[in-house]
Amino acid sequence: MSNYDIVIIGAGHNGLACAAYLAKAGRKVLVLEANDEVGGLAATREFAPGFRASVAQTLPQLNRGLVDDLSLEKHGFKLALDAMPTVAMAPGKSPISITYGALSGASAEDSAAYPEYRRLLSKFADAINPFWHKRPPMIADGDMGDLATLGKFGWNLRRLGKDDMRELMRMIALPAQDLMDEFFQDDALKAALSWDCNIGSKLAPRSPNNAVLALLLRMSGDLTDGLPLPAGGAGGFTDALAASATSFGAEIRCGAAVEKVLIDDMSVSGVQLSNGEQVQATTVISNADPKTSFLTLLGAQHLDVQFTHRISRLRNQGYVAKLHLALDEIPTFTGLEKPAGRLMLTPSMKYIECAFDDAKYGGYANELPMEVIIPSLVDDSLAPVGKHVLSANIQYAPYAVKGGWDQHREQFLANALATLSQYSPGIESQVSAAELLTPADLEQQFNLAGGHWHHAEFAIDTWWMNRPTYGASQYTTPISGFHLCGAGAHPGGGLMGTCGANAARAILEDR
Amino acid sequence: MPMQANLQAADTIDHVHEGVIYSPFHRRTSAKNINQQWSVWNGYASTKYYADAHLEYFSTRNTCGVFDVSPMRKYRIKGPDAEAMLNRMVTRDVTSQAVDTVAYNIWCTDAGKLIDDGTLFRVSEDDFWLCAADPNFDWLQLSAVGFPNLEITDISEDLASLALQGPTSCALLKAMGFSGIENATPFSIMRFPFGAGEITISRTGYTGDLGYELWVDPADAELLWDQLFSVGQVYGIQPLGEDSLEMARIEAGFLAPDVDFHGSLHTVDRGHDHSPLELALGWIINFKKGHFSGRAALAKEKAAGKHRRLIKLDIEGNKPAENSILYCDKGCKKTIGYVTSAMWSPVVKANIAYGLVEGQYADGPIWAEIYHQKELRWVRKLAQCTRVTKPFWAPERARQTPPPDC
Repeated sequence: MSNYDIVIIGAGHNGLACAAYLAKAGRKVLVLEANDEVGGLAATREFAPGFRASVAQTLPQLNRGLVDDLSLEKHGFKLALDAMPTVAMAPGKSPISITYGALSGASAEDSAAYPEYRRLLSKFADAINPFWHKRPPMIADGDMGDLATLGKFGWNLRRLGKDDMRELMRMIALPAQDLMDEFFQDDALKAALSWDCNIGSKLAPRSPNNAVLALLLRMSGDLTDGLPLPAGGAGGFTDALAASATSFGAEIRCGAAVEKVLIDDMSVSGVQLSNGEQVQATTVISNADPKTSFLTLLGAQHLDVQFTHRISRLRNQGYVAKLHLALDEIPTFTGLEKPAGRLMLTPSMKYIECAFDDAKYGGYANELPMEVIIPSLVDDSLAPVGKHVLSANIQYAPYAVKGGWDQHREQFLANALATLSQYSPGIESQVSAAELLTPADLEQQFNLAGGHWHHAEFAIDTWWMNRPTYGASQYTTPISGFHLCGAGAHPGGGLMGTCGANAARAILEDR
Repeated sequence: MPMQANLQAADTIDHVHEGVIYSPFHRRTSAKNINQQWSVWNGYASTKYYADAHLEYFSTRNTCGVFDVSPMRKYRIKGPDAEAMLNRMVTRDVTSQAVDTVAYNIWCTDAGKLIDDGTLFRVSEDDFWLCAADPNFDWLQLSAVGFPNLEITDISEDLASLALQGPTSCALLKAMGFSGIENATPFSIMRFPFGAGEITISRTGYTGDLGYELWVDPADAELLWDQLFSVGQVYGIQPLGEDSLEMARIEAGFLAPDVDFHGSLHTVDRGHDHSPLELALGWIINFKKGHFSGRAALAKEKAAGKHRRLIKLDIEGNKPAENSILYCDKGCKKTIGYVTSAMWSPVVKANIAYGLVEGQYADGPIWAEIYHQKELRWVRKLAQCTRVTKPFWAPERARQTPPPDC
């Protein structure tokens, strides 16, 4: 039996980032991963012979700081594309291409509005950005570090200047639709831009709450000025994280499913694997979602009643399905010379909203809003020569679909293909294999309760000092030695490794 | 098996109940309630006093008295997870509670503040009853989150219950044919055939004296009452109203919700709820049993040792210190707390009270500011208080098995 300072449950990108930072600081770290490969939702997996894809696909939130701290480039991390354009599509209309700097193919009015939209949102994103990378403050305890964080937050908002600060305060809880309607006119453009406000959450363009905040988090990356596409799929990023962690001395064991966290006299003493093996450690960090971490791995008997209730009430039902298609050739999309970029099959915000309406009641739309990428156009590691991979996020696929996914899988796939063929006539005949991952599949394949991208809804009530809930929001929990480092912790979901990095820093500071 | 809460169907609930609910004993209690003096307890008509509160009170000390506890809320928690769930909810060690025993228990919020108290009956390995003066279904459901293999049922309407309390109570039960009841130890449970089914008898009560609580099918309620009062005549049986029970419980040292403490879930103002440490309930907080809800907060509070204290007071004179403010000096310069319950105790022959005082003053001098009337004229007096550490009333017979004269 080996002894480690720290055991990390789950080798998702946050678990790996946390491991790398802790190992770099000299801690003896063991990462236990239930699956046979590292990466979690970012892992690039072969879904058909010769065809590979990852559930997560782009890196809008990744920061240069983490890449440099962990020498990820030395460990093989690279981008297939620095700045992938987003293309707003609508049947019968010519596409609009959106890049960081400008729109192309849009009306003169929309093109003129775009720079101000971009300036304002980028300014807001920059003001908030430092706080994604800090431990959230507690309000009541009067800790100097916490007060400093709160003070700096206020100062950063004030520094926006009076007009922009007022605009931020006004806009911060707007539904995506209201935000887009203020700036733009074209339906497809607005729908495409609204996508990043809501993707992954149980939200649609007309939902209030955290749409703008989610957009700002999604804009927090600084790797490039555009949307970076990792080489080798998102797994290219997590493989580099794993290599980095290993180079610092962390040990990673795959196929090692943790069954429970062991508690001795109210403190963590280690973990027990599903094969009965026990690993001793006085610090255990869970990369699993909060419900799995607290209710399954730890157990309610070790927690107070009201805390347990708050964890069990976290909204963690996923609404995004992932589609991977193996294509015999490059598909043709009407109006596009080449299907490069992030193709938004979202003709209007109403179209997205209607799909959401179906999902709210346990169904799904006939015409499904989709975000489509063909990464093999710029990355030949993902498909055999001359063939291609289509990778699509599809909303909305309710976790708790009426009757269960077994009876809906085929119909949902048919709806997705029918939607695709509106933009790419004849694409069905090019498909040699398809993998559809519903939230139920994500739950089952990645031990992710609810199959939610962000582990728990990213919302005002589960944000910052309330993520996942008060009592567990500073990377500590009511159980001494038990910590969270997954997307259920601050700042939340999205490939950035910040939850893991923040957790590592918090644990190192507390020692 | 998913966690199941057995709730009444919404359309069968009288959501806006108009008028009082009647206990299964109501026809009998009403007949004896010669002055028709009622209060309302959980919506039920509950007798304040039948004829004379003091006579009724004396029956608990000299003969025996019967109090209708049917309005109590009773919950059944059953299933493989029941023990673990309850052990995490209450402060005592449920895992060491034997089958067919009862344990007085309390349950707290995460912050270690008292929600309520009640008695936990272990009727089999995985089957418990929880009885409390006030409704607690919502807290039970919250506490069951994370314990999927159990069922919670409100059985309040399924049990008619009487408390039979006083020195002749055992002899009376024996005379009714429940032979062997004399072997029931305090906080144990026995069962006997009765009426169409069974009677459960627990050696429990709220008077501090020898006594039992009797639990039957509501259909057998009147039969039980009639037998008690026919056989009980020679045992000096009296019906007890709330007023007499209140006297007995103060002497016995039992807390009353909404009198001695304010349940945390109903408390609005910060600091107006109570930790069990304040309420002298430290003896039932088991810090060694493993985790329970509120444990961390209570351990912290205990270590700090700065909490308020509910203490027993023997007060000079004979004027009950009801609603009194307490001071550490006769000049009333420093307020240190207040009286929660007070009475002239006929059996102890002392002016007794419970005072909730700031911790640092608990061992120093304490003065009570008492207002009382002399033929309508209000008189104020300062009375010196002596702290009492032993129970006011704890007769030997309450602990003896078999009890004397049985």
